[in-house]
Amino acid sequence: MIGNQTGKPVNRVDGRLKVTGGAKYAAEFTAPNMAYGFVVNSKIAKGKIKSIDTSKALALDGVLEVFTHENRPGYVWGDKNYQDKDSPPGSPFRPLYDNEVQFSMQPIALVVAETYELARYGAILVEVEYENYSFDTDFEKNIKQAYIPEKYKSSKPPEPWGNPDEALANAAVKIEAEYSHPSEHHNPIEMHASLAIWEEGGKLTVYDKIQGVQNSQQYIANAFGMQQEDVHVISPFVGGAFGSGLRPQYQLFLAVLAARELKRPVKVVLTRQQMFSFGHRPKTVQKFALGADTDGKLKAVQHDAFGETSKFEDYSENVVIWPGVLYNCDNVKVSHKLVALDVYTPLDMRAPGGTTGIYGLECAIDELAYKAGVDPLEFRKMNYSEKDQNEGKPFSSKELRECYRQGAEKFGWEKRSLEPRSMKEGHNLIGWGFAQGAWEATQKQAAAKAVLTTDGKLTVSCATADIGTGTYTVMSQIAAETVGLPLEDVTFKLGDSSLPKSPLQGGSWTVSSVGSAVKLVCDKVREKLLQLAQQVANSPLANATLDDVNIEDGKISLKNDPAKAVTIKEALVQSQGKSIEENVSSEPVEGQQKYSPYAHSATFVEVKVDEDLGTVKVTRVVSAIAGGRIINPKTARSQILGGVVWGIGAAMEEETVMDNNLGRFMNHDLDKYHVPVNADVHDIEVIFVEEKDDHVNPLGAKGLGEIGIVSVAPAIANAIFHATGKRVRELPITLDKLL
Amino acid sequence: MRSFTYNKADDVAAAVQEVSANQEAKFIAGGTNLLDLMKIDVMKPRHLIDITHLALKTIEETEDGGLRLGALATNADTAYNEQVEKRYPLLSHAILAGATGQLRNMATDGGNLLQRTRCYYFYDTDTPCNKREPGSGCSAIKGYNRDLAILGTSEYCIATHPSDMAVALAALEAKIRVTGPDGDRVIPIAEFHRLPGDTPHIDSNLQPNEIITAIDLPAKGFANHYTYMKLRDRASYAFALVSVAAALEMDGDTIKEARIALGGVAHKPWRLPAAEAMLSDQKATKENFRMVAEAYLEGAKGYGHNDFKIELAKRAVVRALQQALEMEVKS
Repeated sequence: MIGNQTGKPVNRVDGRLKVTGGAKYAAEFTAPNMAYGFVVNSKIAKGKIKSIDTSKALALDGVLEVFTHENRPGYVWGDKNYQDKDSPPGSPFRPLYDNEVQFSMQPIALVVAETYELARYGAILVEVEYENYSFDTDFEKNIKQAYIPEKYKSSKPPEPWGNPDEALANAAVKIEAEYSHPSEHHNPIEMHASLAIWEEGGKLTVYDKIQGVQNSQQYIANAFGMQQEDVHVISPFVGGAFGSGLRPQYQLFLAVLAARELKRPVKVVLTRQQMFSFGHRPKTVQKFALGADTDGKLKAVQHDAFGETSKFEDYSENVVIWPGVLYNCDNVKVSHKLVALDVYTPLDMRAPGGTTGIYGLECAIDELAYKAGVDPLEFRKMNYSEKDQNEGKPFSSKELRECYRQGAEKFGWEKRSLEPRSMKEGHNLIGWGFAQGAWEATQKQAAAKAVLTTDGKLTVSCATADIGTGTYTVMSQIAAETVGLPLEDVTFKLGDSSLPKSPLQGGSWTVSSVGSAVKLVCDKVREKLLQLAQQVANSPLANATLDDVNIEDGKISLKNDPAKAVTIKEALVQSQGKSIEENVSSEPVEGQQKYSPYAHSATFVEVKVDEDLGTVKVTRVVSAIAGGRIINPKTARSQILGGVVWGIGAAMEEETVMDNNLGRFMNHDLDKYHVPVNADVHDIEVIFVEEKDDHVNPLGAKGLGEIGIVSVAPAIANAIFHATGKRVRELPITLDKLL
Repeated sequence: MRSFTYNKADDVAAAVQEVSANQEAKFIAGGTNLLDLMKIDVMKPRHLIDITHLALKTIEETEDGGLRLGALATNADTAYNEQVEKRYPLLSHAILAGATGQLRNMATDGGNLLQRTRCYYFYDTDTPCNKREPGSGCSAIKGYNRDLAILGTSEYCIATHPSDMAVALAALEAKIRVTGPDGDRVIPIAEFHRLPGDTPHIDSNLQPNEIITAIDLPAKGFANHYTYMKLRDRASYAFALVSVAAALEMDGDTIKEARIALGGVAHKPWRLPAAEAMLSDQKATKENFRMVAEAYLEGAKGYGHNDFKIELAKRAVVRALQQALEMEVKS
């Protein structure tokens, strides 16, 4: 489908609303008689609340109530009632359940007052006495107790194949290395917020920051014993989430609890500091043992991951599937164990497992290539995987070689000398690094509804989210193209739990899943349109089938005689004032299971490292992406740029630091938790290579939300090695590690 | 946030009188630090005296050929002031190395000197911190201390002073003019900030009932050979791990006078005139620079995460002096 709408770099359809402040985010909604809640968080990492004295807060004029475990209403408290669509196996955290403290900064009370400032003041006055227990927050100390979970949240690590031990023992070239990735927090610019509006008759309307309104809806219904239809969740705009909005967060529960008890609207907005009180990317240590022959043919891979989880849920992600996806190797053995700490459960963060696993793997492979004396890009070409070895399936498409070719050419890779420390400019050592990556291109079940009114305006809807990725825009493009209308006549609605069913917005599957549903429902509208057009008096299309016509630019015309046409508006007259209304539920396409669908990336990086001072500047990045058909090159490019910038942050800046004396993450604000600023970001070139995919989904498009980040940090780390000859195996690579 | 009362002061005398009468009062000007600290309950003034309307905004020459920066001149206005840019480019560069455009537009020169440390624990009221709550203990010494001090620390506190501007002022030997109930006095910048000792909750020698009215820059601005080098964890909008204000007065290839002040390493801008003097009448060689760098870091002590700062600071001093030396002299 080469269309007249998709494939164009159109501006975001919601861009004007966003830059004029017209786009409303969860915390910006208000309701008459609204009260404000402010959360009190635990000071200790583990123990019991011996007493909690709220009298001083309650004595303030305007403080309405302070909810704690002592006075919270008796709801249903079974684990199942608190599990959501992204819960790992285990016992989910239940806010205000009892006096037990399971992690530092656990919410232990909600002060509700007439104003935000009063609630915040009241929170200061809540006095808590704790009984301290000893706690485990030191990852390194607890790695000895790592275990294989009963059930993985992610896919179970693949079984070994070949004879990895023997192959490794016999390999002519070997490396062993341990790579460490720190805990990171999502830090979307929009803080998590919920406004719960209690209505007469016990119904609830909730404005929530979430990557799936129906997840919040189900969670509230289950946790509060309500009927799902009595809970209406709305979230039209999300100011970044990166996974932090996949699970309903505690502010939602607390806002609903307070609204139900006080019988008035309650808004709870977390502070930046409180954004560090829930899920995060888990700290992960990976051990590699790799073997190759002297030519650089990969002979054995052993990849063992140790990932952080909480004591109450077994969070895991796909850290160790990447050797089987990215390399052709006959002898592979992988494992993934968990290290349970007294922290909140980790939470999917942009390319969960991929960012971590590909970082480790691509650096370790670089080490092996160096040991074998082979150019790192050549090494990848020699060990190119033609099929997904984990699944034993061919890829639905894989134009990674073309990424290598175009990326290398744009970057000038052929001029690279293998030798580290071979390029210098004043005080700066210059290094060029490479890494490749992949990310799943999954399609999930999704539903959509389309309404074409007689004035020729089309509204398509699905309860998905736009977390800044461009969902509004690309769905509008797909709909406009399919129904043959100008983009301005199409409205896409999302972020409302009453809309057709959607999967969570995450996993890079939204274009694939929701986009396919939108295409399908719009195809049905096309059928209806043709039928109507055929009812027009003396219709030139009377005998035409859908295959015989083009529907574009507001007209239905014969392909072989475009002058013979009926306008969509003329056709709609035949409906006698009735709109065309269609509903679909779209399933993954037939035969898809035979293929393994992945998007791929090749990242080339230049760094300049001040030899004396250890400062690193990422001067150039070329990111070549094979992501199937690109629906909107502009929003697609933005996705990749965002991924590259985050990769720069992950490589050199980001880390949430645990103070093991206090059991508390200590750099919990944007002063101390560093993400890249403009001055850190230099030349970034994004290339989308042509990739045709007939298997992945009806659109032939792969998601792009995550593929942009996965190979950036390893390419930077490899470039730093090339510059300095020093292999830093622990992120972030801050200047002290290079002194 | 705790409630507070607020009053706008009409003149310096009234401001001093008001602050003297109320122990729980604080001045507020740009508010770029104080308001943040009030929101998170680290500072709890019951009364704010708004001094933004006092006539302390001008930048003008002094009788002795120096420059007087009004305490309420904003950091932005100071950095881009023609006289400052021309005669004291070190100061201009230092100011622009800090914060962001938005913050510099609000922050005042006087307020910049009085900003509080950015120690992680000082900002988190759920952790012990002697600076925030005397006697509660220092969490940083055995905790996370990457950003913290390596010089002049005490067993009670290893916080750093976060200002970039103050580091340049230290190198330039600025004088801080203050007014109190007993009249005016002048505090040399070297004596303005304190080391933590056993009273880390007191940042400076400014008395609670005094107000900064101006910062005087001496005539000598070292405009021909200077550098402000700031090393940090990202290229902008981060506090210094180590910063160096370096200035040289050259006579051919011989150093007549050197000034060096370090930021990000101590509770105050770190300057050692005796060590600087080692460079007087010496050749400007890397060896001599390294010698003075070693002298500057003598007695430095790391606390684990910040051990690297000791070597980093030495290298930064050498590089900054080299840069100051090699800069193109503007005619």
